Amino acid sequence: MLRLDALTKTYKTGDQALKAVTVDVPPGQVIALIGPSGAGKSTLIRCINRLVEPTSGSVMLEDINLTSLKPGALRRERRRMGMIFQEYALVERLTVMENVLSGRLGYVGFWRSVTRRFPQKDVDEAFRLLDRVGLLHMADKRADQLSGGQRQRVGICRALIQDPALLLVDEPTASLDPKTSRQIMRLICELCAERGLAAIINIHDVALAQMFVARVIGLRFGEVVYDGGPDGLTPDKLTEIYGEEDWEATIEKVDDDADTTIEAAE
Amino acid sequence: MSAAAPALGDMLGTRWRRPPMIQRVWLRYALLVGLAAYLVAAIASVEVDWGRVYQGLDRGAAFVMAFAQPDFVSRADAIWAGMVESIVITVASSVVGILISIPIALGAARNIAPVPVYMICRGIIAVSRALQEIIVAILLVAIFGFGPLAGFLTLSFATIGFLSKLLAEDIESMDRSQAEAVRATGARWSQWIDYGVKPQVIPRLIGLSMYRIDINFRESAILGLVGAGGIGATLNTAFDRYEYDTAAAILIIIIGIVMALEYLSGVIRARVQ
Amino acid sequence: MPVLETANGAEWRLRNQREALTRWAAWLVGVVIFLWCWARISDATTWFFVWDAPRIAGDILDRATPPRWSYMDNLWLPIWDTLNIATLGTIGALILAVPVAFLAARNTTPSALFVRPIALLIIVSTRSINSLIWALLLIAIIGPGVFAGIIAIAIRSIGFCAKLLYEAIEEIDQTQVEAITATGASRWQVMVYGIVPQIMPAFAGISVFRWDINIRESTVLGLVGAGGIGLQLQASLNTLAWPQVSLILLVILAAVVLSEWVSAKVRGAII
Repeated sequence: MLRLDALTKTYKTGDQALKAVTVDVPPGQVIALIGPSGAGKSTLIRCINRLVEPTSGSVMLEDINLTSLKPGALRRERRRMGMIFQEYALVERLTVMENVLSGRLGYVGFWRSVTRRFPQKDVDEAFRLLDRVGLLHMADKRADQLSGGQRQRVGICRALIQDPALLLVDEPTASLDPKTSRQIMRLICELCAERGLAAIINIHDVALAQMFVARVIGLRFGEVVYDGGPDGLTPDKLTEIYGEEDWEATIEKVDDDADTTIEAAE
Repeated sequence: MSAAAPALGDMLGTRWRRPPMIQRVWLRYALLVGLAAYLVAAIASVEVDWGRVYQGLDRGAAFVMAFAQPDFVSRADAIWAGMVESIVITVASSVVGILISIPIALGAARNIAPVPVYMICRGIIAVSRALQEIIVAILLVAIFGFGPLAGFLTLSFATIGFLSKLLAEDIESMDRSQAEAVRATGARWSQWIDYGVKPQVIPRLIGLSMYRIDINFRESAILGLVGAGGIGATLNTAFDRYEYDTAAAILIIIIGIVMALEYLSGVIRARVQ
Repeated sequence: MPVLETANGAEWRLRNQREALTRWAAWLVGVVIFLWCWARISDATTWFFVWDAPRIAGDILDRATPPRWSYMDNLWLPIWDTLNIATLGTIGALILAVPVAFLAARNTTPSALFVRPIALLIIVSTRSINSLIWALLLIAIIGPGVFAGIIAIAIRSIGFCAKLLYEAIEEIDQTQVEAITATGASRWQVMVYGIVPQIMPAFAGISVFRWDINIRESTVLGLVGAGGIGLQLQASLNTLAWPQVSLILLVILAAVVLSEWVSAKVRGAII
């Protein structure tokens, strides 16, 4: 459904964030993207919906090449890709309901959006989504009054109300405590299953990734160095992804067999 | 979740409106109606002689054109003398104003000064801030006669109010522990100010002084309108005689100097911080 | 070298000799410049009047008290005009300042190379010139009156408001904008949903702040003929009617204090 072909991004400074990344995402598959900071995870996600312009290569969403679209057509395709952010990225001075409905902006005209007159169908869907994530009673609260976990759930609603085919999720749990992190990851994966959505989830918590997804892609210095099931992430593979130095800190998070793997590595 | 948790079934199909900023309905409409009524009354009371405005368009165009061809030459002597006087007033009043405002700022900071001194200094600041430059200039011209002395005194006085207030606020919000550490060494009051307070406040003092010099220059350009010296008199004459090209030249010089001052203060502030 | 070798052994100094010298030289130059400036002011001053100043000041004070309270009846209309000049001028300035600010902010300007410098030029030129000078200019063009005062206040305030506003726009949280962009919203929708809510508090604060300043400025615009209470001040000064002058100054003082109080209250309520 989504196919990245030799996707490359070179920043003006000369840093090569992505080096010919090729990935194929079938419909309904949830993928975790792991790798050390600076590996290009965020850039990869942003190159897909062109918040960052890729330097070369192509992104095919079904049979549309996103990289060659003009602004108007790009906006139409962006509606099919919901995005969830690390720091929630809610517009803090708008209400929860406005934040959720902002997911429909690509579908309504300018004046309707200015006057907040969204179609009743969208309003109903927003109520349903808020109810689904347990925040219906917060609908008219301002976003900056919510806790981190609640904000992230509003962020999820905003992405889902777009009626997307694909979710792009950028470090959804980085700013959350461990328990809330799990709840949010579970919620995202459940919703993807319910709606048959494909998703690419950037995540640096390897244990959390292994817990929830069926496929993991490891990125190092902008290159794919691992692509397979969560069980295939052997200590050697993790070393390859994270490097010798970061490695111990990362492996400690891998719950039970952490001790044995550290010994094995040494 | 609260007891009044809404049921999804009740809310589906209901319209959603953004909650209004003012919850009380009558107050919201009262404010709106009041505002509209004021605007209508205000606009209605402005008498505009459209015929005069229409005639003025030519002169406006002439003035805009004058900016393309400013005349620096025909009144060069007057412009030069006025500009020098403006700059002289700016420099002198800034120096004196800044020097006087430092002790007053110390006196107006709650955490340093005893209460009687605090009250006196705050009083000086309040008077200086409440009186506008141009009104002070009028009074001083009446008292001291025409000339740059009145302008110099006006701007010095205005600088005191501006700088002392902001500086005093800065002293009040400074880091106490640094100042206390110096006091703990057994320093005298003057030493305490020198070592505990001064280093924290100096960068801000320099930044604010630069800003005030900028303001003083801009203000010095209007002092001449009431006879307190500076370029304002020349400018006023140019407008009176409809010599737009000369007026444009003066305005361009003012804008240029203000831009240079802003650039300079940016550089200096970046350096001290 | 901050440590100085002297006959009594090493001595610590804050600065080395070269630095100390340049510093002294800079101070010396500064003092000379100041003294020169002072000499010029002194030359242009008739010192006889200055020595006579205390007597004149006492004389004026004597004549100005008590204020002529009955003159108050002639002041209500000018006060209303003054308020209108400030308020309408502020509104006009805001309407013009908003687009200028968006054109000047690095993250919203359509072209950093061409449009932004023009916007910055508008900001600096309107800001550099005092509203009294704008008033003089407008009176020469469209004739004296309240209308010229409103326009003068509006023009003078554009640069001020636009400068503060574009700084606020440059400080917004860019990820919120990114999130709205990612939904497929158009450029204008991103503006309304992603940027405007973030700068609303700054906008409200700036408006009230500027309105407060404009009340002060509009009280003196009349001095050059641009309407408001300054007209009465000018007339009273010309006829040396000092009791009226003192009353008008009291009214202006009250207006300034009142507007500052209102502005502080409103800003407190917003933030």
